[in-house]
Amino acid sequence: MNFGQFISYIASGTVYTVGVTLVALPSGLLIGTILALLYVYGGKTAARLMNLYSTIFRGVPPIVLLFILFFAVSKGINLSAFWAGSFSLGIVSSAYQMEIVRGALLSVSGDQLMAARAIGLSRLQAIRYVVLPQAIRLAIPPWSNEAAIIIKDSSLVYALGVPEILRRAQLIGASSQKYLLAYLSAAVIYFLLVFATSHLLSLLEKRLAIPSNP
Amino acid sequence: MLTWLGYFGRFGQNFLRGAGITLELTAVGLAIGFVLGLLLALARCFGPKWLQKLAGAYIAIFRGTPLLVQLFIIYYGLPEIGIAFSQSTAAYLALGLNSAAYQAEYLRGSINAIGAAQMQAGRAIGLSKWQAIGYVILPQALRLALPSWSNEPISLLKTTAIVFLIAVQDLMAEGKRAATTTFDFVGAYLAIAVVYLLMVFALDALLKFIERKTAIPGMDIETQR
Amino acid sequence: MPKPILTIKNLSKKYGENVIFQDLSLTVNEGDTIVIIGPSGTGKSTLLRCVNLLTRPNEGQIWLDDMEITAKGTDEDQVRQHIGMVFQNFLLFNHLTALDNVKLGLTKVKKMSDEAATRKAMRELTRVGLADRANHYPGQLSGGQQQRVGIARALAMDPRVMLFDEPTSALDPELIGEVLEVMRQLALDGMTMLVVTHEMGFAREVADRIVFMEKGFIVEEGSPDEMFNHPKFPRTREFLWKITELYGKKDKDA
Repeated sequence: MNFGQFISYIASGTVYTVGVTLVALPSGLLIGTILALLYVYGGKTAARLMNLYSTIFRGVPPIVLLFILFFAVSKGINLSAFWAGSFSLGIVSSAYQMEIVRGALLSVSGDQLMAARAIGLSRLQAIRYVVLPQAIRLAIPPWSNEAAIIIKDSSLVYALGVPEILRRAQLIGASSQKYLLAYLSAAVIYFLLVFATSHLLSLLEKRLAIPSNP
Repeated sequence: MLTWLGYFGRFGQNFLRGAGITLELTAVGLAIGFVLGLLLALARCFGPKWLQKLAGAYIAIFRGTPLLVQLFIIYYGLPEIGIAFSQSTAAYLALGLNSAAYQAEYLRGSINAIGAAQMQAGRAIGLSKWQAIGYVILPQALRLALPSWSNEPISLLKTTAIVFLIAVQDLMAEGKRAATTTFDFVGAYLAIAVVYLLMVFALDALLKFIERKTAIPGMDIETQR
Repeated sequence: MPKPILTIKNLSKKYGENVIFQDLSLTVNEGDTIVIIGPSGTGKSTLLRCVNLLTRPNEGQIWLDDMEITAKGTDEDQVRQHIGMVFQNFLLFNHLTALDNVKLGLTKVKKMSDEAATRKAMRELTRVGLADRANHYPGQLSGGQQQRVGIARALAMDPRVMLFDEPTSALDPELIGEVLEVMRQLALDGMTMLVVTHEMGFAREVADRIVFMEKGFIVEEGSPDEMFNHPKFPRTREFLWKITELYGKKDKDA
């Protein structure tokens, strides 16, 4: 096997890595945003429940949660390792994303909400048209961080057998006895993925930025 | 199938032993990470340009790649060029080198927050650059960094869980052992999850205690955790 | 026969043990400009926020025209369409241009079409002198400009009464004039206004009535002439003196 084949075998795992990320990140965002809205606007009981959710899902190592969710899901529904692993990762991420969205919502000053009510907008309208648009912009930097974390944590699903980058590196490393090259290659690919994502999100942040005179 | 509570009765001792290894991994990783992280932060803040770039590259690489890959490179890859570590050592190294990159950023942030003004004040009374760093900047910066830095020990505690993949007998490994013994994967890992949660709570409480005890009166430190 | 637009009766508000004001009564007739003055922290802002139901009073009633807005089951959002509020800190929606700030209430609350809303919003912006800044964001506007947009935003809803909560207190001195001028013109146009301010010059020239509040009570109220030249209470005189020295012209006779 030549060098090119070696590298491309590992690189072909990128599809799975990206796939896991593209499933986990948005599902984490969806769940996280809903929970964050409940946390901030849902009243005391909701806030306590959300706090509990956050404490538990952020206090347990992601790999432990991944295993629990994966095995629990596998008992009930017949999902492939890819989907079970991705959604599990998404659920893990939702707790962190909830905190990010919550932080952003709280950073949009409560006065903005008051000003919105003052012109007759309902609470729901005020949140939707005034608070959320501003919160989204505030959330992008920490969210960009979370995206990078998910790309890296996607390597955990190798333990579930998903043929992503790390798994492929392991397989080809074992068969060729060239572990160092295999894992270094994997590292480079991950690095490029993380770098590209951060760069893209940074561009997005600039695009969405509200114009102001410094 | 054991209810997960029953796991503590049957595997309690194993879990305890595993938890001890986990804490040890956390402590060593944190220590290595702190020393190296501090050096990196100082290099970035006060070093010559080339050193700044080097430190920056280190941080970018270790934060831009998965810890698992770093671990595998150290444990499985390095022996090919003659450097072989035991499982534990490889784990300590990987955790420490990785943590250093994150700690460097926390420390760099607070050193910058203390600011050039304090440096000028120190130089103005005749301190050399390194004396100013040691006696003026760092004492303040370290205290300032504490609230956000406190995320790191907790994060590290959770991160250590993956070293079971190179057969280090930490808490996670004990969990796996219990799971493969009873074939109740969900229950076993749930029990492990509870132990991790307890450890995180305890660590969190300890860190908050330290924060309170070392706060400089009057210094407005925003606790952002 | 003057028609009361806003009637406040026996209003009380407290936070826990802390009594902000008690048993407050005030009537605002159509076209009136009422200026409320007094030391900071005496409940003036809280009073305004009770009027547009952003805060609920503990006791008492408020009527807008013939409707008791403090009654149970009132649609607060509906009521707020008829009461405009201008805030000390402007509180423009940071993510929207000046034009969109003014349009938001029109499109989402009054359900106007986009063109109709744009037309109306531009009319209001022209009224406050900012038609040329319609596409600027709050971050690109000066404080005085932001506040004028805030006034336009409130006016666009065609309110029955406008509430001003220390509208110039957060402005640099050079920018105060442009905002007061807009307010003065508004009063001349016949808008019913309830203004909390420290601007004594404005109070003197524009107010129909001045209300002096302290520690949650209305100490005295009357026309500008009465309040400045023949105040009934020594405390009124004392306050007006101090504040006029700071903010306004000195009174001619001692």
